[in-house]
Amino acid sequence: MTGRIHSFESFGTVDGPGIRFVAFLQGCPLRCQYCHNPDTWGAGGEEYDAQTVADKAMRYRNYFGDKGGVTVSGGEPLLQIDFVIELFKILKEQGMHTCVDTSGITFRPDDEKCVQKHEELLALTDLFLLDIKHIDDEACKKLTGHSNKNTLAFAKFLSERGKSMWIRQVLVPGITDNEESLHRTRAFIDSLKTVEKVEVLPYHTMGVVKYEKLGLAYPLEGVQAPSKERVLNAKRILKE
Amino acid sequence: MMQYKGWEGFVPGKWCDDEVDVRDFIQRNYTPYDGDAKFLAPATEATKKLWEIVCDLTKKEREAGGVLNADTKIVSTLTSHGAGYLDKDLEKIVGLQTDEPFKRSLQPFGGIRMSEGALNMYGYELDPDVKEIFTKYRKTHNEGVFDVYTPEMRAARSAHILTGLPDAYGRGRIVGDYRRVALYGVDYLIKKKEEDKLAMGGDMTPDKVRNREELADQVKALKALKEMAAIYGCDISKPAETAQEAIQALYFGYLAAVKDQNGAAMSIGRNTTFLDIYIERDLKKGLITEEQAQEFIDHFVMKLRIVKFMRTKEYNELFSGDPTWVTESIGGMGVDGRPLVTKTSFRVLHTLDNLGPAPEPNLTVLWSKRLPMAFKRYCAEISIRTSSIQYESDDLMRPEMGDDYCIACCVSCMRVGKDMQFFGARANLAKCLLYAINGGKDEIVKDKKTGKPMQVSPEFVAITSNDALDFNEVCAKFENMMTWLADLYVNTLNLIHYMHDKYSYEALELALHDTNVRRFFATGIAGLSCAADSLSAIKYAKVYPVRNEDGIVVDFRIEGDFPKYGNNDDRADELAVWVLKTFMKKVKSHYTYRDSVPTTSILTITSNVVYGKKTGNTPDGRKAGTPLAPGANPMHGRDSNGALASLESVAKLPYEYSRDGISNTFSITPASLGKED
Repeated sequence: MTGRIHSFESFGTVDGPGIRFVAFLQGCPLRCQYCHNPDTWGAGGEEYDAQTVADKAMRYRNYFGDKGGVTVSGGEPLLQIDFVIELFKILKEQGMHTCVDTSGITFRPDDEKCVQKHEELLALTDLFLLDIKHIDDEACKKLTGHSNKNTLAFAKFLSERGKSMWIRQVLVPGITDNEESLHRTRAFIDSLKTVEKVEVLPYHTMGVVKYEKLGLAYPLEGVQAPSKERVLNAKRILKE
Repeated sequence: MMQYKGWEGFVPGKWCDDEVDVRDFIQRNYTPYDGDAKFLAPATEATKKLWEIVCDLTKKEREAGGVLNADTKIVSTLTSHGAGYLDKDLEKIVGLQTDEPFKRSLQPFGGIRMSEGALNMYGYELDPDVKEIFTKYRKTHNEGVFDVYTPEMRAARSAHILTGLPDAYGRGRIVGDYRRVALYGVDYLIKKKEEDKLAMGGDMTPDKVRNREELADQVKALKALKEMAAIYGCDISKPAETAQEAIQALYFGYLAAVKDQNGAAMSIGRNTTFLDIYIERDLKKGLITEEQAQEFIDHFVMKLRIVKFMRTKEYNELFSGDPTWVTESIGGMGVDGRPLVTKTSFRVLHTLDNLGPAPEPNLTVLWSKRLPMAFKRYCAEISIRTSSIQYESDDLMRPEMGDDYCIACCVSCMRVGKDMQFFGARANLAKCLLYAINGGKDEIVKDKKTGKPMQVSPEFVAITSNDALDFNEVCAKFENMMTWLADLYVNTLNLIHYMHDKYSYEALELALHDTNVRRFFATGIAGLSCAADSLSAIKYAKVYPVRNEDGIVVDFRIEGDFPKYGNNDDRADELAVWVLKTFMKKVKSHYTYRDSVPTTSILTITSNVVYGKKTGNTPDGRKAGTPLAPGANPMHGRDSNGALASLESVAKLPYEYSRDGISNTFSITPASLGKED
């Protein structure tokens, strides 16, 4: 079984606990306006079989320490859920800590087969990093092109199954950075039982160059990174 | 009853049984410390005032264009200058290179032209008498070398395939065991050297005559060292009796070295654990407080920060600044499993807080997995705050070097007082690969007479086809060219070091070594990753030569992609390993001066920029004149799998083939080490 992969990071320190090997999978159904990796959206990437990726990751196991391990990110890694399952089977046999960085968009709670597939994944995954794009469905559609229904359902699903997760929220001035949304997000987080951590990720403009390279218009032209005070404010609302 | 008052309270052993054995003294007497940094004391008022003086002088020096004052007349020796102070009443540790702070000394033994050139560049005029003496009556190292250089050596030098050779300046990299001055006192050391000289009898072969002369010079240097201390009102003939005396004596040893030599790297050794024994003794006796202990260390480090040499602007360009490489090695593990971390290891790192961050002295932590956690945390904190700590793997070096080695310059390890080295700059292997393709004609430098490309090596068969380069053919030619280069390189160094010993012998530093010193022949490699990527391009992509009107390949057209060193991809990494091993085997096949042990290093931390300027387009797509990667780093921007993949590639280079050190420059922002919460 092969997966399409955009790139690897051997020293991932921001996608899950400890030092991690990160595989960025190619392809994403969302078109988040602030996305800093538009090059992972479409087709492309390189084909790797699961064993090769696992072997690559295992070369760094000495660096992982007690907490580190392997993260699949993207793109949206769960577009290739079968590949992730096969990869994690191999890694779990080796006792690796596994983590999925996802928007939960592929989870369809009414589709039994889909739920089963995600059940299978849960059994092989130690931690989910779940990115709630926007708590308000209309705003989410505008921001990403998709409803947030699946994402929120996936969060509940993880919570019910007792699976650990970290909630991530990208803080974008004028979009997610307002008191109302932050408080609603907080209320939603409070309804979940297995949230270990909430991460506020301040929006940044480092992706602009990639849009230029790809010949795409940058949707958030002119939007600045949030101020320190706003970041602290969001942390306070979402965490304390 | 101990023989000397200075030894009272110490656990005796081999070290005081008519021997010189500092390691034995340390092992029997030091107190490992596994606690945290809470005990540390802030800078005293005196320290702050002195540091203000230094900051003010630094500012004035910068405003003056880089040199505040320079001696043009008095040739620097141990006793050439009167006492100099920042502020005599405040200084707990005294001694300057000349009679004034920031006044650079005149050190012409390496080469009078370098001295004169450096002075002129900063608007000073060399005293005509000194010039006459060092051109008419007293030969310098530089003159000696150029008297014996072969035409081929000169060509290789001017084409920059051999670069940075220590033929016009002091070779440096020799680290005296300055602790001996404190522990034994100078009289004891003189006695031991005289005994050694007496034992050196028998047939007076040229080697033996030289050894006897060197020992005589060492004894003279030790006597001068005592005189130098006396200029400052200190008697260092006997063992130090207090912590302040120990630090002072140790510093005098080092000061004498920098008065004597303007070396490329003047490192100071491994002193914190040694000094800690004295500080602990005084603290226990209630003679000093922690504030005072810290003050001694702060003042000592302050002196190391203001070591300065008179150098030309080209020299500074080569080394990107005006480095002195006062490397102090800290920590590491003992072979008995006890960490060599003491409170004074903390105190020395704490100077970065008390005096602020600084590149010198080059504080180098010998890192082991087994170091005490509190010390590791402290190092990390200081690193984050000041970016001023260098780390080296003690776990890698200890098995070979034991637990009393130090780092000279940036990565070169030597057992303190037992090893020395002949610094050898480096051979540019990226350029060597171009020579393989062009049959030894330089791709940039022209022959002055004919105006045609300079033939540097003998005429090897060049690649004449314009088809894509054939990997096997290029490798075979490259290996031949490395055979030539290694031969030339080793022999160039052989004569350089012969002359350095003859005309600029480091008598004081070697007086603080065992007489039967082990010598390393420290060659170096530049352009390793560029050569490896070039071979990879030739092997895995199609690389077509592009020629100029002289038929010289001056550029390459690359079709397709290829694996690059720095991505933990064996296909490229094994080529880097092959280049290193092949070159080193060739180096080892030659006679090396004074039967020294051949080693090599991959550590062009700054000079890679200058070497890159002198290297044409390379088959990996690197453009002419652009920098080579520093040390063993991957080429800039070619490592696309993150830091660990890059480090793993570097880690594949076999240390046993590069014993003098492998450096990897690694910058990282705190944010990319993870999130704070």
